[in-house]
Amino acid sequence: MKKWLIMLLTVVLGLVGLAGCSGNKASSDAKDGKVEITYGFWDKKQVPAIDEIIKLFNEKYPNIKVKKEITPYGQYFQKLETAATGGALPDVLWMNGAHVVQYAEGKVILPLSDMAKKDIYSLDNYPKSLIDLYTVDGKVYGIPKDYDTTGLWYNKKIFDEAGVPYPDDTWDWNKLKEVAKQLTNKDKGIWGYAAMMGNQGGYYDFIWQNGGHIISEDGKSAGFDQPEAIEALKYNISFIKEGLSPTQAQMTETAASELFSSGKVAMMFDGPWMVPEYKKNPDLDVAVVPKGKKRAVAIHGLSNVIAANTKHQDAAWKFVQFLGSKEAAEVYAKTGTVIPAFNGTQDAWKKAVPNLNLQAFIDGAEYSVPLPSVKNTGEIWQYEIDILKKAWSEEVSVEDAVKELTQKVNEALSKK
Amino acid sequence: MKETPLQAEVKAPKKLKVPNLTKTRKRSDYLWAYLMIAPTMLGLFIFYLWPIIQTFYYSFTEWGAFGQYEWSGLDNYKRMLEDSNLLKSFKNTGIYIIFTVPIGIFLSILVAVLLNQKIKGKSVYRTLYFLPVITMPAAIAMVWKWLFNSDYGLLNYLLSLIGIKGPQWVSDPKIALFSIIVVAIWSGIGYNMVIFLSGLQGIPKMYYEAAEIDGAGPIKVFFKITLPLLSPVIFFVSIMSLIGAFQVFDLIFMMIGKGSTALENTQSIVYLFYQHAFVLNDKGYAAAIAVLLLIVILIITAIQMVLQKKWVHYD
Repeated sequence: MKKWLIMLLTVVLGLVGLAGCSGNKASSDAKDGKVEITYGFWDKKQVPAIDEIIKLFNEKYPNIKVKKEITPYGQYFQKLETAATGGALPDVLWMNGAHVVQYAEGKVILPLSDMAKKDIYSLDNYPKSLIDLYTVDGKVYGIPKDYDTTGLWYNKKIFDEAGVPYPDDTWDWNKLKEVAKQLTNKDKGIWGYAAMMGNQGGYYDFIWQNGGHIISEDGKSAGFDQPEAIEALKYNISFIKEGLSPTQAQMTETAASELFSSGKVAMMFDGPWMVPEYKKNPDLDVAVVPKGKKRAVAIHGLSNVIAANTKHQDAAWKFVQFLGSKEAAEVYAKTGTVIPAFNGTQDAWKKAVPNLNLQAFIDGAEYSVPLPSVKNTGEIWQYEIDILKKAWSEEVSVEDAVKELTQKVNEALSKK
Repeated sequence: MKETPLQAEVKAPKKLKVPNLTKTRKRSDYLWAYLMIAPTMLGLFIFYLWPIIQTFYYSFTEWGAFGQYEWSGLDNYKRMLEDSNLLKSFKNTGIYIIFTVPIGIFLSILVAVLLNQKIKGKSVYRTLYFLPVITMPAAIAMVWKWLFNSDYGLLNYLLSLIGIKGPQWVSDPKIALFSIIVVAIWSGIGYNMVIFLSGLQGIPKMYYEAAEIDGAGPIKVFFKITLPLLSPVIFFVSIMSLIGAFQVFDLIFMMIGKGSTALENTQSIVYLFYQHAFVLNDKGYAAAIAVLLLIVILIITAIQMVLQKKWVHYD
């Protein structure tokens, strides 16, 4: 036998083997009319609620099996990007405002407007601001699932021990600082406030409260180098400078939320997505955020979208419809997981965890500002982390940091 | 092992027999041999060779969202010349290599020599040293991250008992890289140790017996017999460790937080690659970084191959 023949044989044999593997997989899910769709999301805390929703969904559609794919938020969008490039997205997945424009314009997710029209699926059941967030070029791409604002979380026990009254709606920036000073107790290792470096529920909220903006209305320039923003960032960082907050280094080693839930931090800004975690500690409660020049918080909500390359579009759409239904919203509400987006179910959410003042988050919707969303939001967020951390760790001045940041963000915004 | 003198005898004639053997082999034997290695060959081609070719091609492209790319010529390579981050990550990787590779090899030889003696509970020690190797790097990183935690970590707690306020091991830019180096050395010892152990056991006992008769002390024995006869193994381990050290990623990724100011002083070349490929979605540039890394590793391995003639003794 010739050498080349042997080589050919080996290659062919190998290929046959490989083909055998993939063949099995494709045939398995079409059997007896059963369809399996995958559902990609990032928040582990919502698994109990999602399990229950899938159970209810299967009572209606026993033939559609839903497989969960959980990826931590830190890697979620990186994984999606790669999966989208390789055509392997989950059939149904979570989307946030930061990425929806990119995914819609990249034709990676399906527009849902036409399907909704055909099935007479009403989009009026959700807050208009959320539908707007997921509307790109006049088409709706996501069915809202929840929304979130920011509240001032605090530890009642630390307040009681220091004899300080709990936060209320009269608080402003000065009061927050003053109380943080009163509550900081070096000997016990307690900080008054955690000046976390996070945009939503962090410096974005402060910049808006001070009358500044993140991205201009025409979407072409960033507002980080404006005096209002600089002042807000300095106010944020001053907590660290004055020893009222854990340092940036400490907060990267141990998450601020962990320091807070273990009683090392007396107050911090955080969202309703932390309710499942914080409700475990009876000392914790939440109030509305303090006022700056005005009161402002970011509002943002997640939605469920369908991957453009799904093989089971009908099943995926049925599942998305169900995820957006009142039934699913009520599961979210009664488990106190997140504020459901379906109008009228928010009260049930509030009642689900009566020992927390969850009204603070619902009130937040009134004075909220939508989280900025442009095509390159993900890239801009990366620049914020890379550059602002140097200001947070006091390595460079706030002025220098915002100069660099504004330049980079403006460059990103000018990209097509 | 006990057969070692025999092995040495077998080895020498083997060299002479090889050409004779090939003549007598039948063609069908070749067929079977090719068939047997076919799955591995195929795997190598699909999962190693083809990606290398693709990466090389992509390094001349610029990427947009979701897999759209266009040819951009040498742009990515030109960009490298001005990228201060790339230089910094090479420097970080260099420091990492300079410390992990020699110290790692030294310690694993030491452990291997010690565990090659007749001591009680030898297999228990061997298992203990080998445990980190079978543990996931991510798990190792998580555990060490907690040991290193400046407020709640065990390390700083122990230091506080003797009145020292421990540093911020993984978030202080000045020492974070060294904290990672410590973990890397610790987790690498077991793997190298096993290779050295087998190398040590391949050294014929008669040399030691002869040395004993001549009255050589243990230190002289180590430097005159053990070390020279171990040199092929040392060479192998140093090449493998160097290549491994160039590709350090998981420890840094797991132990250094994204918002950490220590990141600039710890990020390695592969970390930078990851950052461009998967975070900034700049896959063309990332591919160029990977190609550069491949070239650097090739050059350094080639240099090692040349230098080995000076110090590696094959019997």
